[in-house]
Amino acid sequence: MSARTLTVDGKQISAEKGASVLQAATEAGIKIPTLCHLEGVYDVGACRLCLVEVKGVNKLLPACTTRVAEGMEVSTNSERLNKYRRMTLELLFAERNHVCAVCVANGHCELQTLAYSLGMDHVRYDYIFPKWDVDNTHRLFGMDHNRCILCTRCVRSCWHIEGAGTKNVAGRGTKSKIITDLNQPWGDSESCTECGKCVMSCPTGALFKKGSAVGESVRDRDKLEFIVNAREKKQWNA
Amino acid sequence: MQIEDLNAIAEKHIASRKKIIVRTCMSAGCMSSRADAIKANLEKAVIEQQLDADVEVRRVGCMGFCGQGPLVGIDGVKEKEILFEHIKPEDAEAIIASLKGMQTNLEIGDPDHPFFAKQTKIVRANGGIIDPEKIEDYIAVGGYEALHNALTEMQPAQVVDEVTKSGLRGRGGAGFPTGLKWGTVAKSPGAKKYIICNGDEGDPGAFMDRSVLESDPHLVLEGMAIAAYAVGSDQGFLYVRAEYPLAISRLQIAIKQAKALGLLGSGIFETPFNFNVDIRIGAGAFVCGEETALMMSVEGKRGTPRPRPPFPAESGLFGCPTLINNVESFANITAIIKKGGDWYAGIGTEKSKGTKVFALTGKIKNTGLIEVPMGIPLRQIVMEMGGGAPDGRQVKSVQTGGPSGGCIPAEFLDTPVDYESLMKLGSIMGSGGMVVMDDTTNMVEIAKFYMEFCKDESCGKCIPCRAGTTQMENLLNKIIARQATRRDLAKLEELCDMVKNTSLCGLGQTAPNPVLSTLKYFRNEYEELLQPDTFGPGVTAMK
Repeated sequence: MSARTLTVDGKQISAEKGASVLQAATEAGIKIPTLCHLEGVYDVGACRLCLVEVKGVNKLLPACTTRVAEGMEVSTNSERLNKYRRMTLELLFAERNHVCAVCVANGHCELQTLAYSLGMDHVRYDYIFPKWDVDNTHRLFGMDHNRCILCTRCVRSCWHIEGAGTKNVAGRGTKSKIITDLNQPWGDSESCTECGKCVMSCPTGALFKKGSAVGESVRDRDKLEFIVNAREKKQWNA
Repeated sequence: MQIEDLNAIAEKHIASRKKIIVRTCMSAGCMSSRADAIKANLEKAVIEQQLDADVEVRRVGCMGFCGQGPLVGIDGVKEKEILFEHIKPEDAEAIIASLKGMQTNLEIGDPDHPFFAKQTKIVRANGGIIDPEKIEDYIAVGGYEALHNALTEMQPAQVVDEVTKSGLRGRGGAGFPTGLKWGTVAKSPGAKKYIICNGDEGDPGAFMDRSVLESDPHLVLEGMAIAAYAVGSDQGFLYVRAEYPLAISRLQIAIKQAKALGLLGSGIFETPFNFNVDIRIGAGAFVCGEETALMMSVEGKRGTPRPRPPFPAESGLFGCPTLINNVESFANITAIIKKGGDWYAGIGTEKSKGTKVFALTGKIKNTGLIEVPMGIPLRQIVMEMGGGAPDGRQVKSVQTGGPSGGCIPAEFLDTPVDYESLMKLGSIMGSGGMVVMDDTTNMVEIAKFYMEFCKDESCGKCIPCRAGTTQMENLLNKIIARQATRRDLAKLEELCDMVKNTSLCGLGQTAPNPVLSTLKYFRNEYEELLQPDTFGPGVTAMK
């Protein structure tokens, strides 16, 4: 296995031949923001957050799909890159309905975390407020398209780790949608193995285990009255 | 099949021709005005007037002057062709009667009109002359000779050299040197290589490739076969959009005929060279004209682009080295092989060689297809060949390159049409769509039109293109509705920069161009619509 030496943010590092710039940087302790990247599935270079500047190349390159080369000089943290990253996040927040306060992923959402870490504290674009539905037909899981950022991590893990090929993308542009089988309700899917890998992959609250949604955390106050009645009046009927 | 057999087919076909040939344009444009009925009536009239010994009615491809269609051309009566314009099916009798010297009141075109006179035809040389559904017609004008010459007299590397020498650059729009691309694929290691012809022409107002495919399908097939020989491939795919049914059916006929004569298939011209071509039909996505998305589509997957590198020349279709060129690029190859790369390089400018086909549309008198040498001033195309704007209006701007291009204002009409000059003006050569706008056109509306197009056609894979075009369209709508302020315009410009620099593929990277070029030359039209800045920061607070 031959190695390549390159410079990332002024730091000389070495990486295995064939490694991505993202892998090389991560190994050297340099953090590059990512969203569509997921360890274990192949990269598609779609979210554009890991774009880096490479000396001698006039285009910005995604760190996840760009291979290291000998003598490469990479810059991952310029003011321009961070501005583009913040704008990308703003576009995402405006695109669908990302309402953190009532989201199942609040506090452990990659989109939210990135917004904090990159300093995206407000959205300057008009919110689109599209009306997307929630697919709650599956026995164990749910899909809220309002929270989806179309990173396709679920699709890739479904096809390439589980091998079920249940999830896919339909439509195009901003109307793209993650679908189950031939755009059927998830609960009717015959190919879904209920493995839950898609839910594990989701960076936001789009895919979730049932029972974790804010709306589902209802208090069972009737139980209190029942206990009191049982204790004091010896009444056992609810 | 050997060269003697090919020549015999040509001679027999030429000998069978009649004295007078009545050519009826049967391309998509004229077909939409009942060209099929015109041809049927012409054939009937020939028999009725007992002229069938001397007169044949021929189906031909696009004659170019689409705005004057349906067109009927007559050879063999006068020294020059007689061109009937705006023909209706009921005019057929009078046309045939005119062959006997009868007077007609029908509209007769001028073959010396600058629209024709200023053209240099290489790609469209046979367009409107031969029957696209008869391989004998193509062979009779020297078809498949170049393939024979390449296979029997040239080494593959010599073919690549000849194309390199010609200076041909990709006609799909980006202008990458074709010879360099061929050389890279030829040198890429791999037992299996593919040839792809990109016929997914989708720019609004562009119909160059459509016309080439409908008028001269064998020219493209022959170019592909020569390319396959040069790079060491035995399988080609012709990717044509489903919206071009006539092109698809003529290509199917052409492939069948070429296979029947052994000009495609195994052991072509009794050499060890094999080459097969299959048609793949696009399902309506503009982005599938982007080469990596096109290859995904050919593989049967969702047509979305992937990052480059790796480039198709190294890892393309099914992971194999792939040569992908545009229809017009392939259509130039036979002429280059026949007449030599030096001859081709003698046409055009220093960096842009040869000719380019343009589809001239919009607010212009003479709508149609033209093929002109590179470097011709835009003014000659628009004002002389195109005749300028109709109804006494002034030409305000010329849009080239479709949604990836820009609007060139009238004061730059003297710019020579070549890759570098158009790029310098903030537009691109593109695939050849040329939309002329007159002084009634609102440039902000134009920018919005193209932005809406890009938004609709974005595949949705990368965020800047998917969500960025949506927001840019919103901002343009806001400006048009006189609800935007200076701050919104700044936001629009900032988004243009971001989407251009961060999008994954060419669609997103060039989507801001119509906005950027109209802002560059017609900024006042934007500013006139702006409202004064309101109190407050005008920003939406995040949750």
